[in-house]
Amino acid sequence: MHQLAVEIPYWGQSIFRVLGGLVAVLLPAGGIVYLFLFKMMSFMQSRLGPMEAGPFGSMQLLAEVGKWLQKEDIQPDNADKTIFKMAPVVVLLSTFLLIVVVPFGPDAFFADLDAGVFYFLAVGSVSVLGILMAGWSSANKYSLLGGLRAAGQLIAYELPMVLATLGVVIQAGSMNLNRIVEVQNTGEIFGIGILGNPFILTQGVGFLIFMIAVQAELTQPPFDMPIAESELVSGYMTEYSGFRFLMFFIAEFATAGVFAFIASVLFLGGWGVPFTWFGWENLDDVAWWMNVVGPLIMFTKMMGLVLIIMWVRFSSPRFREDQLQTFAWKFLIPLSLANIAVTAILKVVF
Amino acid sequence: MTMMSDRQQLSYIASQAADARLNVELETEGMTLNIGPQHPATHGTLRIIARLDGEQVIWAEPVAGYMHRGYEKLTEVRTFPQVTTLINRIDWLGSFANEVPFILAAEKLMEIEAPPRAQVIRTILFELSRIANVSLFLGDLGVQMGAVTPVFLAFRDREYVLNLIEGATGGRFHPNFDRIGGLKDDLPKGWIDETKQVMKKLIGFCDENENLLFGNEIFQSRMRGIGVIPADIAKEYGLSGANLRASGVDYDLRRDQDIALSYDLADWKVWTHPDGDSWARCWIRLQETRESCKIVLQLLDQIPAGPIMTKVPRIIKVPEGEAYVSTENPLGEMGYYVASKGGLGPFRVKIRSASFSNMSITPWVLKGVYVPDIVTILASLYFILGDIDR
Amino acid sequence: MPKIPGMFKGLGITMGTLGRTLKDGHDVTQYPHEKEAPPVRARGVIALHEDNCTACMLCSRSCPDWCIYIEGHKQLAPPRRAGGKPRQVNHLDRFDIDYALCMYCGICVEVCPFDALFWSPEYEYSEPKIADLLHDKSKLGEWMETVPEAPELEAGAGK
Repeated sequence: MHQLAVEIPYWGQSIFRVLGGLVAVLLPAGGIVYLFLFKMMSFMQSRLGPMEAGPFGSMQLLAEVGKWLQKEDIQPDNADKTIFKMAPVVVLLSTFLLIVVVPFGPDAFFADLDAGVFYFLAVGSVSVLGILMAGWSSANKYSLLGGLRAAGQLIAYELPMVLATLGVVIQAGSMNLNRIVEVQNTGEIFGIGILGNPFILTQGVGFLIFMIAVQAELTQPPFDMPIAESELVSGYMTEYSGFRFLMFFIAEFATAGVFAFIASVLFLGGWGVPFTWFGWENLDDVAWWMNVVGPLIMFTKMMGLVLIIMWVRFSSPRFREDQLQTFAWKFLIPLSLANIAVTAILKVVF
Repeated sequence: MTMMSDRQQLSYIASQAADARLNVELETEGMTLNIGPQHPATHGTLRIIARLDGEQVIWAEPVAGYMHRGYEKLTEVRTFPQVTTLINRIDWLGSFANEVPFILAAEKLMEIEAPPRAQVIRTILFELSRIANVSLFLGDLGVQMGAVTPVFLAFRDREYVLNLIEGATGGRFHPNFDRIGGLKDDLPKGWIDETKQVMKKLIGFCDENENLLFGNEIFQSRMRGIGVIPADIAKEYGLSGANLRASGVDYDLRRDQDIALSYDLADWKVWTHPDGDSWARCWIRLQETRESCKIVLQLLDQIPAGPIMTKVPRIIKVPEGEAYVSTENPLGEMGYYVASKGGLGPFRVKIRSASFSNMSITPWVLKGVYVPDIVTILASLYFILGDIDR
Repeated sequence: MPKIPGMFKGLGITMGTLGRTLKDGHDVTQYPHEKEAPPVRARGVIALHEDNCTACMLCSRSCPDWCIYIEGHKQLAPPRRAGGKPRQVNHLDRFDIDYALCMYCGICVEVCPFDALFWSPEYEYSEPKIADLLHDKSKLGEWMETVPEAPELEAGAGK
């Protein structure tokens, strides 16, 4: 283990990491947009979606990017220009910060933080800042309403997400994401170790809460009140055009991918296969080829989770702001607190 | 004092408080939000000025007229056959229904009546245009609340109805098929069978929509108890159509007036709902679409044989007089007051369009709601901008 | 039986539609590649049978937005029978329809007493410039080829 990291000099590693990060963020984003936003949504509405650019419209995304890049970069006269320009960068940045801790294999990670869970929960909230900046600096009433709604919503749903994750942390006994993967794949449930112990089985409630919170964090319907295109035009993105809008767009779908990655690490066993299949004892035994197979497994799990997120997105109307807050504070948070209590008691008992 | 919902009372207090605190420097003043004229929720160019306290509306007023096309004046310089082609652009989604009351008013002045075959076909086309209109409403309802799928399903199924209308009349949106004394042409062969199949599809669409949208808990929580209009208020503001029936007033011009349309040949029901909230208005429209499909299916079997036009002179001159005829259009009661001085065209036409009256209640009903509810209430009141501004 | 929550029913409908679209095909027409056949009565474009037109101006006068421009002059035609007087006929010099103004109401087709105007379901005649939508009589004559036969009527139609 770790022999790969030793051979490459630091600058090489850095380039490797930057490239890897770009691939890990942009590839899922592109896949999600094409497969789900373009094709799945169209098929659910009994139409075909884009068909002209490339075979079955597969190059449509490149065409869209080209279109956005050509557009005029409009800035409102009264906007706070510096903040206005920074906001989409901040939002996109938080996505790249999130991918840092996601492990794709025993050695395939960008950083192996001992407090990985803590880290992703912390940087996950950075996007709120960007959204608030965008909403405030646009000098538009709709943007302001959208930005404030977004801030309120993201903070409200941050809490259930933290609490849902806490159940996993208690059960795994670690905040290191790679360790969480290891615990899931070496564990056994009722003495049966053939499947390992993916935490979705024991933390099912936590998983549901986590996915609902993710849906809200992504501001996807039914929680898309901050964008609410039929009443707030486009919420905090109203005044953005051209490549700045593109950044928001990429960030939206890339974050969906990253959160799905994290959910699959926390609840679905991450990159691993149950270690007993190959007779591995712990993380150090894992064969090197898991660094290649691991990302593929992660990608599959991510796509599965995003399918659910998008499926719900395309079939439900949106909550009102107050209903949304009520749902978070009066239902999700008590439920997740109960979940933690039960997990802690069971942890002590067994 | 008339019945007010709790939220409206709170908002009344809030509006008093907001006015009172304007002079207090430390307090923030309310925000005035211009919704429209260019806004996705207003289906066109309606403008709503809303004064907000936080996210609560304390005062709202609709500003109409951004799309005024002056139909009442235009009709004065047109001949009677030319008027129909203009007025089916008033409510552009149910355009055949716009022609009928005008033609009926002209026929009333000329003291002629269309032959029975023409009356039945008129009724069928009238109901088809209602289905085309309301099915789009059912889809659009989802879009107003962020659900994208219903609108595509609605467009898909409305297309079948539009194809039928085009097959019979030649125009998808602007049929211009109604003539004084009958209809322009008879139905083409095979149209009746095709219509029967499409009506079954449309009933299926209603079921699908009911499961996809109306059954959704989020939709219900957004709609139930929001924008309640009591029956007496609804009557005072001159609401008509499904908006009135949703408040529990059993009033439907198709049944309640003796008119040269053959609704009495079919067995159908007028739906009412006691609640008067957004949910009731949408639900009534869903039921009415089903009911319209039933009317069409029944009337298709009862088309009598015979001519499609009575004898009218080649150059139509309407004798001097005044007549008012209104019908139950997709959006509500639509009427034409036609005054003629014996010339080739009308001397003056007053159009009573349903949406204009339905819109007049917005300052009352929007008071006290939250910003997201503006959209759902406007969607459930269902107006077509051409019908407001004419 | 417990009631299925409406939300899951909705999810079922969207997924069902997806399955149907994959299995039975979609409901859209990929327009430039495949074309829908418009109904026979569709009011696509007005075609002119020039030989029948007598430049009587009825259509032009009855048009609600006055988009038909007609010019003609009287000329002498050879007599029908040998030795007769030469006949006076109206010759059509100009017959233009401005499709940028036309409302497709069909009143001109209806009022024409000599069967010179017809509806054709043809619809692909858009132009990049609005002025190019003014079509003259030779172009209108070309559309005569696309005019279909009038459809048969439904049973029970009166004469």
